[in-house]
Amino acid sequence: MLRIDYLRTAPLPPVSFQVKDGTCLAIEGPSGSGKTRLLRAIADLDPAKGDVFLDGAGRNETPAPEWRRLVRYVTAEPGWWTTTPRQALLTQSPQLGDGDDERLIRTLNTVGLSEKILDEPLTTLSTGQRQRLALLRALADDPRVLLLDEPTAALDPTAAALVEELIRFHMLAGRIVLLISHDAKLRARLATDTLDVSALRNPAHHTIPPIQTPSSQVSP
Amino acid sequence: MSYISLTPLDLVLAGIVLLLNGAISVAFRLGLERSIAISTLRMVVQLALIGLVLKFIFEATSPLWTAAFALVMFVAGGYEVWSRQDTPIAGWRAFALGASVPFIAGLAITIFAMTVIIEPNPWYAPRFFLPILGMMIGNALAGVALVLNTITNGVKQDRISIEGQLALGATRFQALHEVLRHAMKTGLMPILTAMAASGLVTLPGMMTGQILAGIDPMDAAKYQIMIMFLVAGATALSVFAGGIGAVYLLTDDRHRLRLERLQGIDR
Repeated sequence: MLRIDYLRTAPLPPVSFQVKDGTCLAIEGPSGSGKTRLLRAIADLDPAKGDVFLDGAGRNETPAPEWRRLVRYVTAEPGWWTTTPRQALLTQSPQLGDGDDERLIRTLNTVGLSEKILDEPLTTLSTGQRQRLALLRALADDPRVLLLDEPTAALDPTAAALVEELIRFHMLAGRIVLLISHDAKLRARLATDTLDVSALRNPAHHTIPPIQTPSSQVSP
Repeated sequence: MSYISLTPLDLVLAGIVLLLNGAISVAFRLGLERSIAISTLRMVVQLALIGLVLKFIFEATSPLWTAAFALVMFVAGGYEVWSRQDTPIAGWRAFALGASVPFIAGLAITIFAMTVIIEPNPWYAPRFFLPILGMMIGNALAGVALVLNTITNGVKQDRISIEGQLALGATRFQALHEVLRHAMKTGLMPILTAMAASGLVTLPGMMTGQILAGIDPMDAAKYQIMIMFLVAGATALSVFAGGIGAVYLLTDDRHRLRLERLQGIDR
């Protein structure tokens, strides 16, 4: 269970909501409305007042690197600091390299990447290949919460469908997903609930009702 | 060999050579006449004043005056480091880092040299203490200025990869490791180059001065070698401490990159 408690990120008013294990919350709103900043604040990448709890453990009570191992923000513009996909995956999760390359190959294949790229320089890959690789890297050490910022932005329909399947698989495994996507159909298929940040800015909604427990209710 | 004192007339004669500068500026319309006049005037006044002040301090041999002069070096050094930054880190803490790191490293090495190597009487004799401290701070602050500039430019350039590593659970020192390594290397290059080139390309200023003052060239060389060792030590200490300090200033205790602390950068 991920609980957001009066989290303040400009330009939004304080927001509170919770997301249950194995469910997906879609975050909607026009460009520049603060969706990315909200996800970054949940991962504690930007300073923000308020609190975030994962299974009852507070963000500020957990060392920041440990928090981000559990609560993983996956940006739309990934950065690279290794030379090859193999290094990128193994740096994040050395266990993937146990034995032969079988686990690495299976991982790549889940999102339609060929094992031929394993030792290709990252600079020779296409934007779509790199975006899928970045998602695999972010999932490699099994974080509990996935904060996905446009995970299918640079992908063709086939690759996007594979990524959607991968996200669904992780939800089945009990992971919590917060999703920003311009693709309304994707949001509708994956999301259990929706948080519209543009509605939050409407003063009428500023009062936030107490947190409800039955399902991953979104308040307000 | 002996020391030859210069008369005011000697200086006027040397000043004639300076007119060449003005002549070139006028001939090629460089428009530098004003700058040449101001720079010349500043140089003459500053050096004459410093000569007077040092003469007074050397004769007084007082720990208090020696310390007061060192304090001036401290503040001037901090300003010098700050002024050499493309995008300085905002706030007094950054200024304090730039001022205190070269000063503390220079002071530690100078005290070591005075008490263990040169051993004048008293150990803080300003005639030895202040020139050596000046050389240490001067070189150390050049190193710190380079380190800070390389780190701030590095984090701006590598922001996406640094934040990517932080998002994947890296600590601030893991995420900034490459930037820090590159910056420390950059900070140490000038002193290494200076050591390798000294004697061949340039005759170091202090050695030249001692030779002009009538010291045996071999003795001057020995002094210069000692100074080079000390400078290298002070620079290494400063580059290390300055680099670590910069990482702390550009991140926070939640291991976040805080680029907005750079002047003129807005998130």
